[in-house]
Amino acid sequence: MAEALLQIDGLAKRFGGVVASDRITLAVPQGELHAIIGPNGAGKTTLIGQLTGEITPDAGRIRFAGTDITSAPAHRRSLLGLARSFQITSLFLDFTALDNVALAVQAHAGHSFRFWRNARSESSLREPARKALARVGLADRADAPVANMSHGEHRQLEIAMALATAPRMLLLDEPMAGMGPEESQRMVATLRELKRELTILLVEHDMEAVFALADRITVLVYGRVIASDTPAAVRANAEVRQAYLGEQEAVTGHG
Amino acid sequence: MTRALVSPRNLLVGALLALLALVPVYAQAVGNLYLLSLFTRIVILAMAAVSLNLIMGFGGLVSFGHAAYIGIGGYMVGILGYEGISSGLVQWPLALAASALIALVIGAFSLRTRGVYFIMITLAFAQMIYYVGVGLDRYGGDDGLSIDRRSQFGGLLNLSNRTVFYYLCFVLLLATVYLVWRLVNSRFGLVIQGARSNDRRMRAIGFPTYRYRLVCFVIAGTICGLAGVLLANHTDFISPAMMHWTRSGDLIVMAVLGGMGSVLGPVVGAVAFLLFEEVLADITEHWQIIMGPLLLAVVLFARGGLDGMLASLSRG
Repeated sequence: MAEALLQIDGLAKRFGGVVASDRITLAVPQGELHAIIGPNGAGKTTLIGQLTGEITPDAGRIRFAGTDITSAPAHRRSLLGLARSFQITSLFLDFTALDNVALAVQAHAGHSFRFWRNARSESSLREPARKALARVGLADRADAPVANMSHGEHRQLEIAMALATAPRMLLLDEPMAGMGPEESQRMVATLRELKRELTILLVEHDMEAVFALADRITVLVYGRVIASDTPAAVRANAEVRQAYLGEQEAVTGHG
Repeated sequence: MTRALVSPRNLLVGALLALLALVPVYAQAVGNLYLLSLFTRIVILAMAAVSLNLIMGFGGLVSFGHAAYIGIGGYMVGILGYEGISSGLVQWPLALAASALIALVIGAFSLRTRGVYFIMITLAFAQMIYYVGVGLDRYGGDDGLSIDRRSQFGGLLNLSNRTVFYYLCFVLLLATVYLVWRLVNSRFGLVIQGARSNDRRMRAIGFPTYRYRLVCFVIAGTICGLAGVLLANHTDFISPAMMHWTRSGDLIVMAVLGGMGSVLGPVVGAVAFLLFEEVLADITEHWQIIMGPLLLAVVLFARGGLDGMLASLSRG
């Protein structure tokens, strides 16, 4: 019996009196686009933090591709094929777009104790980086300094960097945060393209995007999973409507 | 990124290097041996500043204890000489190995911290090493120790010849600049700069940044140890003063003044700083009163230091 690519079992984390993760159990099989939604303070960021290795859970287990990664450091998770994008754009501002992505390629091209050759002229780093930029529609911005790029371009670049590590799974932390409608649409198109090849865990506030993209949706409230089902079933779920979707009905109604 | 080879900045920096190459010729022509001695010191400290800038400018780690390696390099030469081992082929490798080893220990601890804590812990280690020097009674303690014979290289090099010694220091400075330049543009260098820019992201894309920073810290300490070896041979003297914390501060000032963004910046900074000191000290013994505001002006109005200022002139 095949195990899900990402398997979370009984994950718990509390900060003082606040239960941020309340025995979360969740499985994301290969090929699925799984969205996590929930009101502010539902514990989405804490969950992502535990998946990426920046927060250590109090209890529970995380398995990725058959390996227990519950206490693995961030860089090892990345090397196993679990790539992430950041909610708040987190790039190398003093480098060009291509430098940023090439660095991500380099991270997965063996050790970097190479002291002599000019890394900016190594085609084994630059070519895959150019391809990743092209996939998110930034091919013509390769040599732009990141500090000069727009917010929307930064978000696309975030994805390109995650892609450049040739991941098995993408963790996307609010990729549409702060985007205008036009930029959001481009991002939805990019994600729809990616979902054909990659398993994706998407944390997102933009309900329209979530319901358009997700194969399954998990709803988190006060650190607890209250529903985990297909978009249609989640939309019909009474508890979800009461706890969360009530305020969003106007959006999802015509989604 | 291609920059024009012939730009005002490159011409000026090239001219500076050419002038440095001609110092012995000029000093001999006018019979001013002090000038040669001054510039030997400048070239040696420029080398130390370049090594500091590798971790500070490119790695984003402000080490406030970099002069410790000058001391270690110098003391290895002095102590071995005192004990009757004056062969450079023994002294120098041992001095570099000692610098590397101590940088490894200091780096292993201090690189677990960031920001102000990193500054403080590197300073604390350097102070410890300083007081070890003060406590070495056999080697002069606080008063220091004269070196009777400079490092011997058989018939190969005679370090007691001032011109030969100057050119040795100058060539080693050029070699250091070239080495650091290769380094910062290599895969290794990009990891170091990436970690300066965004360490968290570096780890998220799969880099264990700590070990790269540690290796960088060791390389910088080793190069600085070489500067210490040269300085001891230049002054024929070692004392704890050569690794006083104010010297670590001077090295930081040289790098900031010259420009942390380029490999050659600290060379420009070292020349400017030490010449200022020389000229201003002639005018008043409180020369820092003039140096202070000058540094302030550079930090406020020329973010990339003197070298950055030249580069922005080049861009027009």
